[in-house]
Amino acid sequence: MSMLLSLLLAQAAPHAMPGEEAVDPYTVDDRNAGATPFTGSGMADAFHGQEGIRRIVAHFVEGNFADPVIGEIFANQDKVRLKRVLFEQFCYILNAGCSYSGRDMASAHKDMGIRKADMNRLVERLQAAMAAEGVDFQAQNRFLSKLAPMRRDVLQK
Amino acid sequence: MKTAALALATTFAFTLFAPADALARPLRNGGKLLLTNGISSLEGASGGGLTPWAVIAGNETSDGIGLSGHGTLVEVKDYDYQSAGVAIGIRDRLEISYAHQNFNTNDIGVALGLGKDYAFSQDVIGAKLRLAGDLVYDRMPAVAVGVQYKKNNNGAIVRAVGAKDDEGIDYYASVSRLFLSRSILLSGTVRLTKANQLGILGFGGDKKDDYGVQFEGSAAWQLSRRVAVGGEFRSKPDNLGIAREDDWFDAFAAYAVNRHLTATIAYADLGSVATVKGQRGLFLQLQAAF
Repeated sequence: MSMLLSLLLAQAAPHAMPGEEAVDPYTVDDRNAGATPFTGSGMADAFHGQEGIRRIVAHFVEGNFADPVIGEIFANQDKVRLKRVLFEQFCYILNAGCSYSGRDMASAHKDMGIRKADMNRLVERLQAAMAAEGVDFQAQNRFLSKLAPMRRDVLQK
Repeated sequence: MKTAALALATTFAFTLFAPADALARPLRNGGKLLLTNGISSLEGASGGGLTPWAVIAGNETSDGIGLSGHGTLVEVKDYDYQSAGVAIGIRDRLEISYAHQNFNTNDIGVALGLGKDYAFSQDVIGAKLRLAGDLVYDRMPAVAVGVQYKKNNNGAIVRAVGAKDDEGIDYYASVSRLFLSRSILLSGTVRLTKANQLGILGFGGDKKDDYGVQFEGSAAWQLSRRVAVGGEFRSKPDNLGIAREDDWFDAFAAYAVNRHLTATIAYADLGSVATVKGQRGLFLQLQAAF
């Protein structure tokens, strides 16, 4: 009964927030974030909490859209939604007090044509955003270690 | 030489029969993360300074063909060593490398009866195939196998000091992994070789003329996107009765000047070389990669 209830609740959860484009229905689950979160508050502190993560995501997303190499991959994406779900994903993985309501990595990146060089470019953009926020390099890499295994779901099959 | 040619042919075949969808994509430029192409080892294979890693030369991913070139200087107590080489990295899968090595005996040349500033030289042609895995992303670490054909250019002299041959082939396998959660890169290599001091003193000797198994390793800590520091180890055969050969060690710092240029400085301990012990000094390298 409780399982059915939670399933119904999940189905009823909004897939797109106001101001975002519609997306096909999917089941909301933190596991869609693609990584287990860190424990403790160390990583959240290193990223300056939710405010820091929000600044990093804004810098990162704007950088990706403006990037001469990978900008075209983002050109048709919903920037408002991307900023929201990316914030949730980072915040969830960094154990900074969020749930993730976005899609899983394979669904979210399907048919985007992402190649290995794009992925590395993306990592560099994220490194730049984290560095601009003043996140310690070792903490940057610890975070990247959670994202790195997602590459197999992100790359064009 | 026949075995090396066979190994080369096999690696080419492996690359040519890569999955068709990967080959159908257009080539593109650039793409590796800074420092993840390694530097150029003494024998020309990409990796650390003393030992290969399971990485492929150049800055390209599986969608490109990369190139690298390097110049290395090693100034130890009594000797100077220079090497220069080029490598091509095909689709981050196959690496073909060439290095020319020059080893100057300076004043020791007199004591050895070779004359002041007598220099040994050697050419090394290498091939390396990344079999599986990835240095950074996948669960499986990068795994590669390689061969190095070495031709010493001082055959009469190396035979006079007791070497059995002036050419030889090394076979090696490497496993390398960057552990992002700790910012640490670890790499290990197992090598089958008969080479005396890389082959600069020939191959095989009066004490031993069989292939022996040697172990090599690198550990590096990435301090920033551009800087890594670490240490290396390389065990060596000891085939010549006249000149004891020791294991090698170094401590290094590598700096990515930009996307294409990596500068490395190391302090190396080469132990006893050509009868004179305590050969410690500086290793300097500039590598350009595309």
